[in-house]
This record gives sequence, structure tokens and C-alpha cells, in this order.
Amino acid sequence: MNASDPNLGLIIAAFLFSIGLFGVMVRRNLLFMLLSTEVMLNAVALAFISAGNKWHQADGQIMFIMIIAYAAAEASVGLAIVLRLHAAGHATLDADSCNRLKG
Amino acid sequence: MASLLPVIILCPLLVSVILILTGGRLSARPTTLLVGAGMGLCALLSIYVSCNFLAGPVSDGAIHTTLWNWISVDNFSAQVGLTLDRLSVVMLLVVSCVGFLILIYACAYMYDDKDIGRFFAYMTLFVASMLLLVLASDLTVLFVGWEGVGLCSYLLIGFWYHERPNALAARKAFVVTRIGDALFLLGLFVFATAAGTLDIPSLILAAPGLPHHLLTLGMFFLLGGAMAKSAQVPLQTWLPDAMAGPTPVSALIHAATMVTAGVYLLARLHDALLLTPAVMHVCAVVGFVTILLAAGSALVQTDIKRILAYSTMSQLGYMYLAIGCGAWHGAIFHLVTHAFFKALLFMTAGTIILRLHHEQDIFRMGGLRQRMPGVFAAFLIGSAALAGLPLVTAGYFSKEMILQDAFNVAPLYWAGALLGAFMTSIYIFRCVFIVFWGGTRTHDHGRTGLAMALPMSVLAVLSIAGGWMQIPDAIYPVHLFSNLLRPVLGPIAEEHGSALLIIGSIVPLIGVTMAWFLWRPKNQAPQPAGGVLIETLRADWGFDAVYNAAVSRPYEIVARINQSDFIDRFYGLVGLMVYSLGWLFAKFQNGQVRRYACWVAAATVVALYLAV
Repeated sequence: MNASDPNLGLIIAAFLFSIGLFGVMVRRNLLFMLLSTEVMLNAVALAFISAGNKWHQADGQIMFIMIIAYAAAEASVGLAIVLRLHAAGHATLDADSCNRLKG
Repeated sequence: MASLLPVIILCPLLVSVILILTGGRLSARPTTLLVGAGMGLCALLSIYVSCNFLAGPVSDGAIHTTLWNWISVDNFSAQVGLTLDRLSVVMLLVVSCVGFLILIYACAYMYDDKDIGRFFAYMTLFVASMLLLVLASDLTVLFVGWEGVGLCSYLLIGFWYHERPNALAARKAFVVTRIGDALFLLGLFVFATAAGTLDIPSLILAAPGLPHHLLTLGMFFLLGGAMAKSAQVPLQTWLPDAMAGPTPVSALIHAATMVTAGVYLLARLHDALLLTPAVMHVCAVVGFVTILLAAGSALVQTDIKRILAYSTMSQLGYMYLAIGCGAWHGAIFHLVTHAFFKALLFMTAGTIILRLHHEQDIFRMGGLRQRMPGVFAAFLIGSAALAGLPLVTAGYFSKEMILQDAFNVAPLYWAGALLGAFMTSIYIFRCVFIVFWGGTRTHDHGRTGLAMALPMSVLAVLSIAGGWMQIPDAIYPVHLFSNLLRPVLGPIAEEHGSALLIIGSIVPLIGVTMAWFLWRPKNQAPQPAGGVLIETLRADWGFDAVYNAAVSRPYEIVARINQSDFIDRFYGLVGLMVYSLGWLFAKFQNGQVRRYACWVAAATVVALYLAV
């Protein structure tokens, strides 16, 4: 297994995605959940790059740029929600306490 | 000229639509002006069209206009068409002219009612439906008018629906006439399947070729429908209660026009009726029984409008007896004169009721002869016409015509009808003597305006002179009416000479004399009679009680038992299942975003596992 093995990139991507998912599921702090989401997005981006490298297709790199744009949008929306929560007088960043939309 | 026929119907219909769309925002003055204009135009057009039609050659049987093709399936088709023949000319004139007079009267009668817009919307809709019924050339179109008048009758009986008895009376009228409408519809189905057409002329042409049992069955169904509409025994119970409506409604719908629709229908189908003697026989018996039962009830009523309601039933019985005896001319002639004098009687009764602060009990009236001389004259003329006082009244000539034909068929019918005439003169003059003679018992107020007096005077003149259209040969041969209808209804039967005529003339006079001796002014005020028999008579011979016990109560009990039946429970179960599923899924929606992420991840894993 050398550094240019595309499978290695895919394995790392799966590993990173699991870390991110695990973070979203167990962390209650909104900021850490956003961070974990970023990790998941980057894992997906890495998967695209590796897959593009493996099959010699440029599409993977196009998808990468798109995912970067998504990540930026997601981060801005997520941080905006956090700021609004703070401005509305919400004392904590505990995601479980923001459940007023429940059915 | 045929193109004017739809316009005649459109006039009142348009007024009705305008009044409905403005939704009571018009005040009384524009409403009455609109109604007067619409109905006046309608009456003028009817007169113009009728004169033009009658001025044409006699062989010119009918004018016909087809508006559009309504139904066209496999081997059945129905067209929306209007026909004017000599029979519908008579009805058209009665409906539009008497209707116009009554609506003018109603304008004054209802002027202070806050719902005047709604009232006239229903009234004009009624006139439009009645005109459609009269002019229809196809039984399906006739049925539309038939249902329309039934609906308007329901709406107008319950016009003052804030009082519970009025709403109940309206419902009763609707349900009872619905029985007849269902029978009518069954009759239409029979003819539609047997003959393939409901166009009246084609149907009459096809009638001799139909299987006899189907023809009889169909005519029985139609007779049933007509009987419910005309309040004949045993479907008569709705008419006395229908007096809950405003008095102009009683005059227009429950005396002059709607209740005679059944007679008109049977006269229109008389060629088919001739082929089914059994139906004619039943029709005659029904009329015969109704004459006597209704006259008996009218003898003991205390409410002036109920007296008139029972007398309407009784007079309609004469028409049914005439139809059953094949006396088409007599039936239609009596229909016309009855429309005149009964509308007059209801209008005068309404005037009295209005001036006595809505007092309807005749035993609380009295001595009105001096205080309302004009109303007294009008009521006397109407009563004389109803009783059939000889020579000077319209009712005399039409009733004599029916009596003659009844004698031709069976002397028993003649005797019964004569007894009915005797009772008629007693009960109506009982009412006259109690209301207009004796001491004052309730004080009146106000005056009767021109808008009410004028229609009453016109109808009073017609109640006297209307009969001179047709005078028996024994007195002086005038046959205007039968000559008018001969192309449609055929020649009239031969007369029996003067013996029957003299008996028929004397009987009402004896009745009036008897009424005078029984109810002439005495020292103390008259009291309504009591006793079990009288109470039964007053309550319509116990028909209501029997129907309540035999139909309404069992139905209510069955309905109560069936309230939570098996099928209901099954559907309840389905509802419960949906509800609990919803409850279950609502539990997922707990607002904790981490759980959502878990579910998304788990579902993705499952989806991927299934896909790979």
C-alpha cells in the first residue's frame, strides 16, 4: 500500500466520515456539532477526489469545489443560527434544549 | 312568437337571481318595484303570447320551441323544450296573472318585514318554476319545475323559521311531498325504459303500444306523485300545517297554483289515462274520499287559515273526482275558478289577520262587518263562490260541470260530491257568520291600502264573472271555456237536463240557511264545540297520530338502535388505526436534532445494505 493508492484515500474518507457522524450524534454543543458536520463534508470531498483519481475522471474535482461551496454556506447558516440563539437570550449552546419545534 | 316563451320564464327568474345576489341589501321600496316590474312584464308577455296564439287558426295545435338537447344516451333522449297549447295557455294565464295579483298584494303585506328580499326571491323563483312546469314539453323538464315549486314551497312555509313550529311544518311538507316526488320519479323511469322517451306528445302517441301492465304501473306512480302535490288522502297531512307560511304564500302556492300542478299533469296525460281505467278509478275514489274528509275537518276548525286549507283540499278533491270521471273540462274549469276565489279568500283572510294583530282564531273575531265593509264584501264574494251559490258565482258553474259528469259515471260519486258541496256551504258560512256578525271581540287597527285592495277587487270580479265563460245549456248556452279547450281535451259530455242542476243549486242554499240558524249572532259569544269526535275531526281524522305511531316513531327507534351499528364500528376502527399511527410518528418528531441525525444515519445504512 503506497501513498498513491486511491483505496487508501477512500478508507481515510470513510474513517473521517465516521468520526464526524459520531461527533454529531454524541456531542450536545452546537459548535462542536457544526465542526463535526464540517468533518463529514470534508470526508465526502476526499472520497470524491480519491474516486476521481481511481477512475481517472475530472468529475471528482468538480464535485470537490462544489462541496467546498456547500461547506461555506452550511457554516454561515449554522453560525448565524448560533448567533441568533444567543441574541434571543438563549443561555446555553446545548442542542437538546432547542427543541421547541417538536411534534 | 315561440321565442317569447323562455322570456316569460326568465322574467321572474331574473328578479329572483337579482334578489338572491343582493342578499337582502335592497330595501323594501326597490325590492317591491323590481318584483312589480318583473311580474308585470311576465303577465303582459303571457297575455300577449296567449292572445296571439289563440288568434291563430284552430288547427294550429301548439307552438313549440326547443332550447337545447339535455340528455342523449343509448336509446333515450330528452330535450329542453317549451310548448304552448290550449291547455297550457289556461294554466299560463292563471299562473302569471293570478301570480301577479298575489305578488302585488304581497308587496303591501310584507312591506315591513326585514327579510322582504328573501321572501320575494323565493316567491319569484316559485313563479318561474311553476311556469316551467306549465310550459314544459318533456316530462323531465316538467320534473325540474315540479321539484322547483316543491323547494320554494318548503322555503316559504318555513319563511319565519325562528319559530320552531314553522320550521317543523316546512319539514313535514317537504318530507310528505317527497314521497310523491319519489313516486313521480319512478313513473318517469317506467316510461323512460318502456317508451324510450319522456316527450309528452311522443309518449301519448306511444302509450297504446306499451305493455298494459307497464302503462298502468307508470300511471299509478304519476298519480301518486300528483296526489302528494295536491294534498289528497292519504298524503294530505302537510297542507294544513303549511299555513305556517305568510298568507300570500298560502294564497299563491297552497291554493291557486302549486297544489293544482297534479291536476294539470293528469289532464295533460289524459289520453294515456283513458287507457288505464284502473288508475282513473283510483283517482276518482281518492278525490271522493278527500272531498268528504277535508270538508268534515273544515267544519270544526277554529283557525281561519286552516278552514281555508281544508277547503282547498276538498276543492282539489273535486278536481281529482272530475279527472277520475274523465271530466277534463270540469277539472280544469274548476281549477281556474278555484284559483280566483281561493286566492281571494286567502287574501281577505290575510288582511283580517294583519288588521287584528295576527289573530287567526275565528272565535276571537266578530262584528267585522261594520268595521271592514270592503273586506267583508270581498270575503262574502269568495265564500259564495266557494259554496257555489247559484248563478252569481264562478264556483257554481264549475262545480255543476263536475257534478254532471260524476253523475254520468256513478250516481254515488254525484251524491258524495253533492254532500261535499252541502258541507262546503255550511263550513264557509259558519266562518262568515262568526267572523263578521255578532259583537266585537278583538280590536282592529290601520287601513287596508290600495296595493292590497286592488288585487282583491280584481279577483272578486273574476270570482263572480269568471264562471260565465261556461254556462250549461239548461240556463243559457255559453261554451267559451270548453270551446277553448276542445282541440286538446275533446268535446264535453252531454248534459242531463235541469233536474240535477236544480238540486245542485238548492243544496248550497240549504247549507247557508243551516249555517245561519246554527251560528247566527246570539246573546253570548260563540264557542268552539268540544268532545272526542270533534277533536279527532279537528286533528285531521287522526291521520297525523296514526302516521306518527306507524311511521315516525318506529323510524326514530330504529335510527336510535342503529346509531352505533357494526359498520360504524368498523369505520371507527379504521379511524382509530390512523390516529394511533399518527401518534406513533409524532413521537419521532421530538425536536432533538441529534436523534434525527441518528435516524438518518441508521436509515442510510439500511438503504445501502439493501442496495448492495
